[in-house]
Amino acid sequence: MNWRSLALKSFLLPGVVLLIVLIIMAALPSFGSKYSIIFLSTIFMYIVLTTGWVMFSGPTRQISLATAVFFGIGIYVAAILGMHLPLVVMVLVSGLISSVMALMVGGLTLRLKGVYFTIFTFGLLELIKNLINWYEVTFTGTRGRFVVVVNNNTIYLYMLAITGLTLLTAFLIRRSKYGLALQSIGEQEEAAAHIGINVTVMKVSIFAISAFFMWAAGAVMATRWTYIDPFMAFNMNYSFTPVLMAIFGGVGQLGGVVIGAIIFAYLEQILITQYPYYYMLLFGLVMVISMLFLPNGLAGMVQKWRARTVGGGNVHS
Amino acid sequence: MLEVRNVDAFYGKIQALWDICLLVSESDIVALVGSNGAGKTTLVNTITGLLRPAAGSISFLGQRIDSLPTHSIVELGISYVPQGGKVFPEMTVRENLEMGAYPFHAWKQKDDTFQQVYEIFPRLMEREKQLARTLSGGEHQMLAIGRALMSKPKLCIFDEPSYGLAPLLVKEMFETIQNLRKQGITIFLIEQNVRHSLEIADRAYVLENGRLCLEGDCAELLQSDHVRKAYMGL
Amino acid sequence: MSILEGQGVTKYFGGLAAVSNVDFHVDQGEIVGLIGPNGAGKTTLFGLISAAVVPNSGTIRFKGENITSLKPHQICKKGLARTFQSVKVFSDMSVLNNVTLGAHFGRLQRVSEARATDEAARLLEFVGLSGRATIPAKDLTLVNQKLLEVARALATKPEVLLLDEIMAGLNSTEITQAMELVSKIRAQGITIFMIEHVMKAIMSVCDRIMVLDHGKKIAEGTPQEVATSKTVVEVYLGE
Repeated sequence: MNWRSLALKSFLLPGVVLLIVLIIMAALPSFGSKYSIIFLSTIFMYIVLTTGWVMFSGPTRQISLATAVFFGIGIYVAAILGMHLPLVVMVLVSGLISSVMALMVGGLTLRLKGVYFTIFTFGLLELIKNLINWYEVTFTGTRGRFVVVVNNNTIYLYMLAITGLTLLTAFLIRRSKYGLALQSIGEQEEAAAHIGINVTVMKVSIFAISAFFMWAAGAVMATRWTYIDPFMAFNMNYSFTPVLMAIFGGVGQLGGVVIGAIIFAYLEQILITQYPYYYMLLFGLVMVISMLFLPNGLAGMVQKWRARTVGGGNVHS
Repeated sequence: MLEVRNVDAFYGKIQALWDICLLVSESDIVALVGSNGAGKTTLVNTITGLLRPAAGSISFLGQRIDSLPTHSIVELGISYVPQGGKVFPEMTVRENLEMGAYPFHAWKQKDDTFQQVYEIFPRLMEREKQLARTLSGGEHQMLAIGRALMSKPKLCIFDEPSYGLAPLLVKEMFETIQNLRKQGITIFLIEQNVRHSLEIADRAYVLENGRLCLEGDCAELLQSDHVRKAYMGL
Repeated sequence: MSILEGQGVTKYFGGLAAVSNVDFHVDQGEIVGLIGPNGAGKTTLFGLISAAVVPNSGTIRFKGENITSLKPHQICKKGLARTFQSVKVFSDMSVLNNVTLGAHFGRLQRVSEARATDEAARLLEFVGLSGRATIPAKDLTLVNQKLLEVARALATKPEVLLLDEIMAGLNSTEITQAMELVSKIRAQGITIFMIEHVMKAIMSVCDRIMVLDHGKKIAEGTPQEVATSKTVVEVYLGE
């Protein structure tokens, strides 16, 4: 079957290109400006959050607003353990804790359908935020805590590594039978169950995997803030923005998601620095316009353009 | 009553119908026969305004309807029973039927029409207060037909009305269609059950791959070799 | 011992008994028909067997094992598959992938990618869809979507196959083809339990027929017996 050589082509060439990109990016701290390093770290963070979100919500079509929950807990674990453990261990530990928590949450929430699920995940965010705030106020007497300072280059390299890992995982899952199974769950859950797919296990697993990456990102980025409190860590922006980025870029393709995150983050940075007072307004305007004219995101636009130039149409039954 | 002239229709870039001409006269029962994928539902969608013809014209009672929105077409007196029922799942049976009486002229008479529909489909009366989604497949079909009748149409288009119905109900349903004609309703019937539909219809058209390949008197068509081999398995 | 049997199976929806104290059995290698007026509870019974819904009382046994409390995916892995009355194909996926999924997940043993794809291709040929392997399932006609569901169910290597009205909407020629397909499936050793309204098919292809009405079993027997039973004619056939 020719698909073997095709698979090689679709893996090998982009694989080599990506490797080169990766090497350049890894070497960046030695010749890039401090600003660009910090800026890129932020972009990596958004890529991880967005890709993580798409990993679950893409195929299952259940919109989760719990991204900030896991991101925030990653931040908090970094704050609590960061004093005592090296960064690597801390990232791993917080990732594992988050997955366990996601398993618990997932088991509960995945029985909810549609809007109810989304609202529940949002409620979870508010719950955790206020819970930790109450705990801090009641027991530690202070709000917020200090985080161990780590230098910017280290943060950058860690984020690069996590981004690479996230993208690789997302890519491999998508291509595998599990990616297909997740898609089938989103389309026809009952039929999927009837062909042997354990729907609950699949959904909870992918939920936990996506949470792992969100936490890892949180743990690393926490060290950039140096001081955090519950309201900073569990900021709902980190729940909503990945969703917007994914839709803007086009949920169907992984490349679209990444590009969406990059452009979005870049746009946000530019708008904040150029128009510090109006940037939210402009941002919103850009979103509305792009939703009207690019309902399938940038990836959708690219696909349409390709279809037109290549000229192919489906052979219908 | 309904006149379709030289209609072409596309789904996106793909042409589905070529040069369709058909005529349904008042008090007729006209049947449209063809395999799955031949374009029957496309044709109906074009008539009911869900799809715009790329060429040609469609007129109802002398008035052009091919550029009108669907709800206006319904107000003019065309009613459509979609394939598979397509009922409103979260509404009760009664509410579904009420929705059918939405056009102004039908709303005033809805109490009488309720009685008529319940007479034809007593099972619907049994399940009056149940949510439509709890009904079985065949009951959906009955409900959809009942809902179409509630709009007091002049022309009723049935898309595969016998789909999923038990044999007894299929007989009753075809009898109902004939009774409807007696009440002055014109019928355009699209059916896979070729034998039954050709038996009750006056005239029929045969659609294949988006083109009309045969038309005429039903008695003749029942004898046609092509029809017997391709659609009746004889 | 029948390969599939149930005793006293009952299911209430609200206050209404959709299936009421039904006993049934299907023996290995049989093709058993399930008929009855619309709303009689036929699809509900299938749903109870495949665990899409949970019975209020009664037991269902598959190969001697009580499956009443299992989940659908477990029952599928044990060797019971079904199609749906309102077709549930995975619309945005290619036709081939619909079937490949069944091959991957429906069996107890793991299957390699290559093996699953080959099996899927073979099954598409078996049902007559090989020319359409790469198009998205939503672009198929209704008839072909039903065939796709059959292929997908077969990919899970079932011993018992539940077919829910696969002949609805087919013309006479297509019905004959579908009947041949059903016979071919039985020839592979698969037991079939099928809901149908198309009498021509049921009468010629089934060994035995069961009749439900208002949730209760009202008749059972050979096609001849059922076709001539007064109750059945009155309630269902209307000759």
